[in-house]
Amino acid sequence: MSLKAFHLVFVTAMSSLTFGCALWRFAVGDALFGSLAAAAGVGVIIYGILFLKKLKHVSFL
Amino acid sequence: MEIPYTIQPRPDTGTYNAKIGMWLFLASEVMLFGGLFSSYILLRVGAPADTWPHGWLNVPLGTINTALLSLSAITTLLAWVACKTKNYGRFKLCHGLTLLLAVTFLGIKAYEYRDKFLHYEVRLTDGRIADGHLEEKSKDFDLAKKTGEVVLHGRIVGSQAELMTHGKAADMKEIKVAAADIKRMQNYGPWHNTYLAIYFVLTGLHALHIIGGILIIGYYWGPGSAMWFTNHELFTNRIEVSGLFWHFVDLVWIFLFPVLYLM
Repeated sequence: MSLKAFHLVFVTAMSSLTFGCALWRFAVGDALFGSLAAAAGVGVIIYGILFLKKLKHVSFL
Repeated sequence: MEIPYTIQPRPDTGTYNAKIGMWLFLASEVMLFGGLFSSYILLRVGAPADTWPHGWLNVPLGTINTALLSLSAITTLLAWVACKTKNYGRFKLCHGLTLLLAVTFLGIKAYEYRDKFLHYEVRLTDGRIADGHLEEKSKDFDLAKKTGEVVLHGRIVGSQAELMTHGKAADMKEIKVAAADIKRMQNYGPWHNTYLAIYFVLTGLHALHIIGGILIIGYYWGPGSAMWFTNHELFTNRIEVSGLFWHFVDLVWIFLFPVLYLM
């Protein structure tokens, strides 16, 4: 598994964490930090797509 | 004698040897951290009610550290991409940024540790507990001789269970306690309770990995970067392998942060 594949694992874990935090903050009625965490999650996913496009010629192995 | 498969992939594994070696090492690391995470879960699940702390750690600082390590994972990847595209200036910039982010992470972690070591739980002779940060210790303070006094910034509670949740900032005040009134005094080091013991073990081991990563990345950013000009492909592979290690360290923190700071 190359650094590209491991970075994809990292991006997945990071987006899970941010969306998890968003759900948690919304559940306790904290809309501000819930929204911020959700926005961060969307940002991480957009970054992931851009990174995959940029490195499409690099092997996953 | 030339060491084979340091650049070209080995036919049976499909990749160069250093990458296989790093993955084997990371597999052992997964077992190490997995065992410690399991210990944390078992200790927490097995703890009697009202004996497991909540809110003892600084969530904003933990969030900042999470952001720092996430950014450092990106800069590590960009450094590897710079090696592949043969852009030396960008490599130096990205690897330098990784180092800066890693050192900042350690600085914040050190501040958090210092905060814990300055936080005291003082059991009073009347059964109450004074809990807070040590502001001042009189020059003649001696717990054994019962002389002098200490000044804490915190709160006084009636039972241990009340300490399990962090008090509100508005409830914190200056407390003067005479040594004669102290039954026992202990700071929030790893010896204080089970929670702090596992907290210091997990984050301390993680911090050691960060220091290891800084040494490796620092070497290839500094003196080791001479290999860029002498054997570029080998250098690129080494940056990838160090990047795998760094990503593992970042991934461990992504699990540590919610488990220790949020849950």
